Amino acid sequence: MSQARQITVRYFASIREAVGLGQEQLTTTALTGGDVREVLIARGGAYADSLARQRAVRVALNQVMANEADALPEGAELAFFPPVTGG
Amino acid sequence: MQARVSIQTADFDLGEEIQALRLGDKRVGAVCTFVGTVRDSNDGLSVSTLELEHYPGMTEKAIEAMIDEACQRFELFGVRVVHRVGVLHPLDQVVLVAVTSAHRGVSFQACEFLMDYLKTQAPFWKKEQTPEGARWVDARVSDDAALAKWGIEARNAV
Repeated sequence: MSQARQITVRYFASIREAVGLGQEQLTTTALTGGDVREVLIARGGAYADSLARQRAVRVALNQVMANEADALPEGAELAFFPPVTGG
Repeated sequence: MQARVSIQTADFDLGEEIQALRLGDKRVGAVCTFVGTVRDSNDGLSVSTLELEHYPGMTEKAIEAMIDEACQRFELFGVRVVHRVGVLHPLDQVVLVAVTSAHRGVSFQACEFLMDYLKTQAPFWKKEQTPEGARWVDARVSDDAALAKWGIEARNAV
């Protein structure tokens, strides 16, 4: 069993709107962004809907585009957001 | 030296930006700029306002990294990117990419490269007001394809 760590989770755009907050602190044993996504989906409601596996959701780790399989460092800032549409 | 990246609610002046980028640099033989503006329609609906959200900190870092990549690929003397956020209206300027180089070919390519990169890798999101209500703009697969032609896999829209 891995040790629980504190991370910051941030949400943007349609996901932020759906879950109704921009960021939260999470104490979790999750090892990757994908693990955290599963933890959030398990909450049900807007989390399950906006982060559902059939949706295109991008992940950033410490403010760099990342893959869900990337390992979470201690104190990580993990962000979930829809595909970007700037320019 | 002028900052390379600005994320701001305020408008920008193309002439002033070009002047600052060229300032005293006698090596420059080409200045290429792209300005993106707000259209009054998208995907079959009229658009009255466009609201842009970003990820403060990450957005600036992502664009700085894109500029570094552009400078690796192309021989550039100066690069400037300005992107507006907040509520905008049709006719408003949204984004500026400006580059300077010795010759035009490189400047055209670098400008297009930076825009293709920005479209799929910089954390911005657009929400538009239409007669049918507000909606988040969908990412386009064609933007991923545009970046792919530079040999970079985007996988943003999928």
